[in-house]
Amino acid sequence: MKKATFSIRRGGRETAEMVDYQTEVSEGMVVLDAVHQIQAESAPDLACRWNCKAGKCGSCSAEINGMPKLMCMTRLDTIPLDQPVTIEPIRAFPAVKDLIADVSWNYEVKKRIKKFKPRAPDAEDGTWRMLQEDVDRVQEFRKCIECFLCQDVCHVLRDHNKHEEFIGPRFLVYAAALEMHPLDTEDRTGDLKDMHGIGYCNITKCCTKVCPEHITITDNAIIPLKERVVDEYYDPLKRLVKLFRKK
Amino acid sequence: MTDYPTFEHDVIVIGAGGAGLRAAIEASGSGVSVGLICKSLLGKAHTVMAEGGMAAAMGHNDDRDNWKVHFSDTMRGGQYVNNWRMAELHAKEAPDRVRELESWGAVFDRTKDGRINQRNFGGHRYPRLAHVGDRTGLELIRTLQDHGIHQGIEVYMEVTVLSLLKDGDRVVGCLAYEREHGRFRIYKAKAVILATGGIGRAYKITSNSWEGTGDGHALAYDAGAELIDMEFIQFHPTGMVWPPSVRGILVTEGVRGEGGILRNSEGKRFMFDDIPDNYKDQTSDTEEEGWRYVTGDKNARRPPELLTRDHVARCIMREVKAGRGSPHGGVYLDIAWIKEKIKDAPEHIKKKLPSMYHQFKQLANLDITTTPMEVGPTTHYVMGGIRVNADTQESTVPGLFAAGECAAGINGANRLGGNSLSDLIVFGKRAGEHAAIFAKENGHGTLDNAAIEQTAKAALEPFDRDGGENPYTIQHDLQEMMQANVGIVRQHDEMVEALNGLDALKSRAARTFVPGNIDFNPGWHTALDLHNLLVVSEAIARAAIERKESRGGHFREDFPGKDPEFAKFNYSLKKSEGGGMEISKNPIPEMPDYLKEVIEEMG
Ligand SMILES: Cc1cc2nc3c(=O)[nH]c(=O)nc-3n(C[C@H](O)[C@H](O)[C@H](O)COP(=O)(O)OP(=O)(O)OC[C@H]3O[C@@H](n4cnc5c(N)ncnc54)[C@H](O)[C@@H]3O)c2cc1C
Ligand code: SF4
Ligand code: SF4
Ligand code: FES
Repeated sequence: MKKATFSIRRGGRETAEMVDYQTEVSEGMVVLDAVHQIQAESAPDLACRWNCKAGKCGSCSAEINGMPKLMCMTRLDTIPLDQPVTIEPIRAFPAVKDLIADVSWNYEVKKRIKKFKPRAPDAEDGTWRMLQEDVDRVQEFRKCIECFLCQDVCHVLRDHNKHEEFIGPRFLVYAAALEMHPLDTEDRTGDLKDMHGIGYCNITKCCTKVCPEHITITDNAIIPLKERVVDEYYDPLKRLVKLFRKK
Repeated sequence: MTDYPTFEHDVIVIGAGGAGLRAAIEASGSGVSVGLICKSLLGKAHTVMAEGGMAAAMGHNDDRDNWKVHFSDTMRGGQYVNNWRMAELHAKEAPDRVRELESWGAVFDRTKDGRINQRNFGGHRYPRLAHVGDRTGLELIRTLQDHGIHQGIEVYMEVTVLSLLKDGDRVVGCLAYEREHGRFRIYKAKAVILATGGIGRAYKITSNSWEGTGDGHALAYDAGAELIDMEFIQFHPTGMVWPPSVRGILVTEGVRGEGGILRNSEGKRFMFDDIPDNYKDQTSDTEEEGWRYVTGDKNARRPPELLTRDHVARCIMREVKAGRGSPHGGVYLDIAWIKEKIKDAPEHIKKKLPSMYHQFKQLANLDITTTPMEVGPTTHYVMGGIRVNADTQESTVPGLFAAGECAAGINGANRLGGNSLSDLIVFGKRAGEHAAIFAKENGHGTLDNAAIEQTAKAALEPFDRDGGENPYTIQHDLQEMMQANVGIVRQHDEMVEALNGLDALKSRAARTFVPGNIDFNPGWHTALDLHNLLVVSEAIARAAIERKESRGGHFREDFPGKDPEFAKFNYSLKKSEGGGMEISKNPIPEMPDYLKEVIEEMG
């Protein structure tokens, strides 16, 4: 059987190095299988996250040959094996150990987004009526598995470190799912503009390209939200109305 | 003296899948302080993988459905050894729990008139599963997570509980370690809820993640609680079989619910060959009628592919054994054929089963809209678990509650698809409610420092040894043995052999060696999980040896028939004074008349 070499980041929060491991490659194997094999054969303390092994939980995000991917969905026969395959944790967040990144920031960000607030029920039994075509759009956003690969590639976070001011594409998708939910009555446009930094996004669409759930993050979520912000805050007529309403 | 960091809450919930989250929401809603502990990150628990849907008799797609039909379907599926009170509560309360999810932001697929859409599933008489494509578990966990984070619940992620702490008879907290630095911590609580999920990792071929090591089962057992029904393991008929690295990953029953059919290598639809007597009048006898059923004809009966999972799994095994299997030891599951019946079949399939389409395309290089899949049985779910009071979910140990897959009773000998997700929210809520009541009525207990020290010391031993067994190898050997000896088809001698094998594995597990340091060290984590896997494996084997009949998920080659004598009790396992595992019979209480009438009425 064929062997391949994997160059894997080993180390903690402070220091780390790339270490080469060799392991056998069999038909249909994915990168996560190689990592598991290496754990069982030669590096029992090699840390990585995973749960479902089927692209459903978003735990196993990593950079494979520099590309942000789910390890469990990346087949070895889709990457060249004649040279070492590098595996590193996602870089937009601090590394904890080996392939594990500290993604706790994301959990904090989510709490800051105003929660779902439904309108009064439509029917006497306390339920609502929504048509499939009205929920299709929101269902697209709700496919998100919180792998944070989009956060990883977004230059605003990755290169400019605007974690304080910008919530990143994942949470713009989350906000869009709430804002476009047919039952929701909350208004988040002010927060999007001021607290969540939607203005930082300059529509490079890198996030959309890496999303393993194929959510059209930029076109379907971010751009419509930007339009809402513009309508609400930069449309002269609306601003006037707002001014009067305040009084 | 121990000086580990100590956290105090009224209620500690161990596990953040559907059951744990729902319990935490309920408890914190009733005004007590709640800590929620999980091994992974929040939102990654096993529940996220559930595909097909959650069962609730709302009757949106067929107004003949109601709690009585759901109750009798559940009892029939469980072959009448279920806890009937749990089955009753579940059938009655599931609709409200599902609607509540909608009020928390869940977006289910819709019917034409704008209500929650429901789909067909094995063993359910009417379309009953509320769903979102084939990612219902994600919708459930995300809804609960996003609702829960605004409730003031303290979440402790990537923390593993090692043991429950007791004050006399009562559970008063737990000892855990955080994964990043391997540091021990103490959680003090007035009540503890276990919601740790399943045990699939005891087997080689499984649909479960690394988390499914039966921790809650073992924690409860070690604390003196009773486990019941451990012989009943569900082998899901359709797991992937090829390529080897994905063997066991689930192919949702939704594929069959949408019209997928099973064929052997001769192209025969073999499920028509063997239809159990008690399902004969509910099952179609022509292919044409089966198709009408899956397309919503209320007068049609279900196709035999949608018989209960235990039965379908055994039929597949039979075909493979008889040499009529597919090249990699499975059979064919074909959804592509529906193109004969409907136009735009490929689009329809992608819309209804998007993640299945994706999964096969990416992992097996196969397009399910044109090519049949190869599938075979995979270890999926444990019906057995912690014995609980149906109404309160309290275990046999005061202060200890359990909900979700780690609790037992509702499913009897076999679980119907979709009944787990609804179980999580119905009994998760009840556990949260009653644990909060218990916490309000009782103060904090006193911690036993000696016990804490002893557990902590034992946990560190794998680092202290100068070499020893590789924990991954032991886990692997255990899985091979359970698969071979206590798997789908069982036999006395093989299971006795397994018990001896478990003894040997136990001594090996006491000699594990883990290199590296304690920071996020999966080798160490695996070494610590071994104890839990060994406890559940022993419980499964012991109960399976005693049950000398075949029923639901438990099939004995040496006792292939059902024996009414065995319908009168559940097997219960408990730690004896001497430390060994004790098995006894718990008589099943007689069903009250009004439930008997329901069963009779439903036929
Ligand atoms: C692929 C797949 C598809 C499925 N599809 C369906 C379906 O369509 N419908 C249906 O009804 N059922 C389905 N099931 C079954 C169902 O998903 C599970 O039974 C259910 O999700 C279990 O939920 P739970 O809340 O009990 O536990 P889980 O979701 O398994 O969560 C367990 C939690 O406990 C934590 N934990 C475990 N041990 C410890 C410890 N020692 N310390 C701290 N935390 C711990 C884990 O970290 C996790 O947070 C499916 C199962 C699988 C595998
Ligand atoms: S489109 Fe916006 S959010 Fe997405 S990567 Fe580019 S800048 Fe970031
Ligand atoms: S939007 Fe896509 S890439 Fe971003 S976290 Fe969700 S699934 Fe991952
Ligand atoms: S392990 Fe779940 S997405 Fe990779």
